[in-house]
This record gives sequence, C-alpha cells and structure tokens, in this order.
Amino acid sequence: MRRTAALILFSIGIALYCLVPFLWFVLTSLKSSAELTAIPPTLVPSIHFGFYRSALQQYGLLRYVLNSTIVAGAATMITIAIGSLAAYAIARFHLKWTNLYLLLLLAISMFPQIAIAGPVWKILDRLEWLNTYQGLIAAYIALSLPLAIWILTTFFREVPPEIEEAALVDGCTRLETLYKVILPLAAPGILTAGLLVFIQAWNEFFFALIIMTDPNVQTLPVGIALFPGEYTMPWGEIAAASTIATIPLILLTLVFQRGIVRGLSAGAVKG
Amino acid sequence: MKSSPRIALLFLVPSFFFVGLFSIFPIFESFRLSLYRLILTLPWLGEKMVGLENYTDLLSDPVARDSIRTTLIFIAVTIPLELLFGLGIALVLDQVFRGRGLLRAVVLIPWAIPTVVSSQMWRFIFNDRYGLINFLLFGADTSSYIAPLADPNLAMISIMAAEIWKTTPFAALIILAGLQGITDDLYEAAGIDGATPWQTFCRITLPLLKPALLLAVLFRTIDALRVFDLVYVMTQGGPADATNVLQFYGYKKTFPEGMVGYGSAIAVMVFLMSLVLSLAYLRAFKTSRLYGRNP
Repeated sequence: MRRTAALILFSIGIALYCLVPFLWFVLTSLKSSAELTAIPPTLVPSIHFGFYRSALQQYGLLRYVLNSTIVAGAATMITIAIGSLAAYAIARFHLKWTNLYLLLLLAISMFPQIAIAGPVWKILDRLEWLNTYQGLIAAYIALSLPLAIWILTTFFREVPPEIEEAALVDGCTRLETLYKVILPLAAPGILTAGLLVFIQAWNEFFFALIIMTDPNVQTLPVGIALFPGEYTMPWGEIAAASTIATIPLILLTLVFQRGIVRGLSAGAVKG
Repeated sequence: MKSSPRIALLFLVPSFFFVGLFSIFPIFESFRLSLYRLILTLPWLGEKMVGLENYTDLLSDPVARDSIRTTLIFIAVTIPLELLFGLGIALVLDQVFRGRGLLRAVVLIPWAIPTVVSSQMWRFIFNDRYGLINFLLFGADTSSYIAPLADPNLAMISIMAAEIWKTTPFAALIILAGLQGITDDLYEAAGIDGATPWQTFCRITLPLLKPALLLAVLFRTIDALRVFDLVYVMTQGGPADATNVLQFYGYKKTFPEGMVGYGSAIAVMVFLMSLVLSLAYLRAFKTSRLYGRNP
C-alpha cells in the first residue's frame, strides 16, 4: 500500500516536472494581450487565437513551417535511403573495414558542430548553395547518417540471413533483396531511424543559423530564435510559433514512443 | 559470394560521399585553418600560415580562458544533477504499474521539444516582468522583481536549469535500459537473504548500473560541451561574458567576426576537451569492469 502511494506521488511529480514548463508556454499562446501581461498571471486563458493569427499574418510563420517541412522531410528520406544501403552492406558482408567504418561514424558524431561549421560554410559558399534548401539538406544528411547507419545496422542484423539467401537463390539481385525482403522485415527499424533523423533535422539550429541568413528560406528554429523585437518581445507570438513547431513532434513521440525509446537506447547501449 | 566486397563498396559509396565531403574533410580543414590567419571581413589578406599563433593567442586571451572555465563549470554542475534526476525517473519507470507507458511517453516530451523552443520558453519563465519565477518568488510585488538573465550568476544558473530540464529524459532512458538489463533473480536472492531495499540498491542496483551510468555521463558530456542554442537564445553569451561557453565563443569568432583561423583553434580545443574527457571516462569504465570481476 505504501509502495503504491509512493509510486503515484513520484509519477505525479515526474509528470509535473516534464509537462508544466511547456504547458505554461502553450497557455501563454492562447492568452489575449491583456492576459499576457496580467499580474498575478492568468492561469486559465480565455482561449484567444489572436497571437496565432498575428504570428501567421505579421511574422509569416507559415513560410518557416514550409521551409522546415521541406528541409527535414527531404533530409530524412535521403538519409534513410543512403543509410539503409550502407547499413545493409555492413550487416550482411562481414568485412573487417566496415566495422572500422562504424567506429569512424561514431567518432565523427562526437565532434562538436563548430569543428566542421566553418569549412562546411566555405564548401556551400563555393557551390553557391548558401541560403538554398539543398545546402542545408546536404549538411543534415551528413549530420544524420552516423545515427541512421548505427540504428539501421542493429535492426538489419536481426533479420535472419536464411530468408535473404532464399531470395538470392530465387534469382533476386542484392538490391531487389534489400527492397523486397529486408526493408519490409526491418520496417520498425526504418521507422525508428526515420523518426529520430526527422526530429533531429526539425530541431537543428546551429547549421540552419549559419547557412540560412535569408528569412525566405529559414527554418522554424531560426525563425523562433530570431523573432524580431528590440524593446518588448512579442511573447504571445513566440509562444504561438513555439507551440506550432512542437505539437507535431509531441504527437509523433506519443504515437511512436516505443520505437523511439528502443532506438535511443539501442543507439546508446550499442554505441 | 565472390562479388560481395565490390557490391558492399557500391552500397557504401553514397554514404562515403556525404560523410566525407561534409564531415571528414571539414574536420581536417578545421585543423589546417587553425594554423592560418584567415579573416572573412578582410579577404584581401588571404590565407596566411602563422603556425601556432592562433593557439598562443588563445592561451593569452582572457575571454577564452573564462570561456573554458564557464564551459567546465557548466558540465560539472549539470551532468551530476541530470544523472541524479535521470536515475530517480528511471527507478520509477522500472516499476510495474498501470500508466507506466503513459508516464514514459510524458518523460519523452522535454527531449522532443526543439531546443530553441525550450530556450524561448525558459527565457519567458525567467522574464523580469511577466516571468513565472518572479511571480512564484515575490507574488504580485513587482517592485522586488529580478532580471535573472541580466545577472551574471543567475544567468548561468538559469541556463543550467533549462539544460537539465531538457536533457534529464535522455539520461533517464539510458539508465532505464541499464536497469532492465539486471536480472530479477539477483533481487530475489537479496530478498531471501533479508536485504533492506536500501542495501539492495547500494549493493546490487548501483554496481550493476555502473556501465549504463558511465555511458550516460559520456554521452551527456560530449553533448554539454557543444551547448549553443540555449546560450544563443537566452543570453547571447552575456551578461559580461558570464555564459560565453566555448561553442558560442567559437561561433562568434568564426561567423559574426569572421576570424576563421582563430575560431578554428577554438574548435580544435573543444574537440580536444571532448577527446580527453571521453578517454578519461572510458578508462574509468574499464577499471570499474575489472573491479566487478575481482571483488
């Protein structure tokens, strides 16, 4: 009995810790201007959508949403395509140097972003890819590949090789085997890797900040970080934009939490 | 299969291309540039080899020394607290009870929120006029309201709080994976021997959790060394450089100020710090495993 009571108490404490700060921001976004500056603060807002309207109309929030969707979506798809090819080769052809490659990828992902940011900027400048979608997408692919390859390799290794050998005997090429046999069987792994890559790309700020200086192509994190306002910050609009940027991620996390937890701990424990 | 290695190579080439061009080459290039004087705002000077001058400048630059100190303090305060909270959350999530799945999903929320969003969120909570913290501390007495982000010490504490809130879930998940790897018969045996829950925790759970804890420390340290978003949004490194962590200083030198050579030297130093810290942890990890085998 005492154990149950303690568990309930701790669970409530943990839930409050995780939820209250963000919930406060969501409530802020639903306030009216008067409620926003009221002291004592308004706990239950009158569900006003004024800040959403002004974030969309005055601050062009929709463009940032669109840019983020294009960049994160394309980066995820290309990373998973390239990553599954690589992970398949690593999982199936037990070559010595492919394991070295895995270690190299791990080492790369430990480098601080600042250690590659300058040269990446110079390369994109030379390609005239600064302030373009393809420039940021290319940087994100390189940034996400280590994580994607690690997770996908873990999942591909779990597919029994016999199934694949049967397909090869039946005359499938390696590529056909990958697409027709392995990918469907490793679908949960693909989904997990895809989600983690998408969340990483959707949230990334450092490279987006240095590569996208033109507001027309900036992604949501850059837009939210650089919200204009010298003397008084437009907190209501910032909260509205933040809520819009976060809700899709929270929905994805709630729906696919099992896969995400497995991917995070697989990546970590095996790493 | 004779053709295997060639096909393997073919499958790996696209990943080589991206990783090589946008990660490996830039890393080497950063090392090279750290030996050059290259200033983007003065392009006519070109690239001039200056040897270790950027590094000697770095060592005599008081802002850089403060920045190293700030970064180390940031790591030393946030990581133990993240681990402590993470362990607490993991211990609760390891119990069997109704609603555990829901609680695990809730714990993921701070992790899933974009860091820029959580930075703005905490900046608002610490706001000097409408911030929740001010109201909780002083009620409606607005005359005693403080501006935490304008005070050097409080700004650092605010950023640490925001970092701990956001990254505790990740630590919790790694520790939870470690907890779930401990077999039940050990707990049963301890129960038969009449061990108290506290004894069980100290003698069984903690020692067996050591690898997971060290892993969490390793990942969190590498990540905390590159803290940037929080500082950029909440304080811009200020007030008076109080929150000027290394990755922010490196960014400021390289991009807004265009001092690519000097910025690269900072980048190399951040890398060396994460390398040294990682090796130290791995060493501790190995010795602890040896201890486990010969108690």
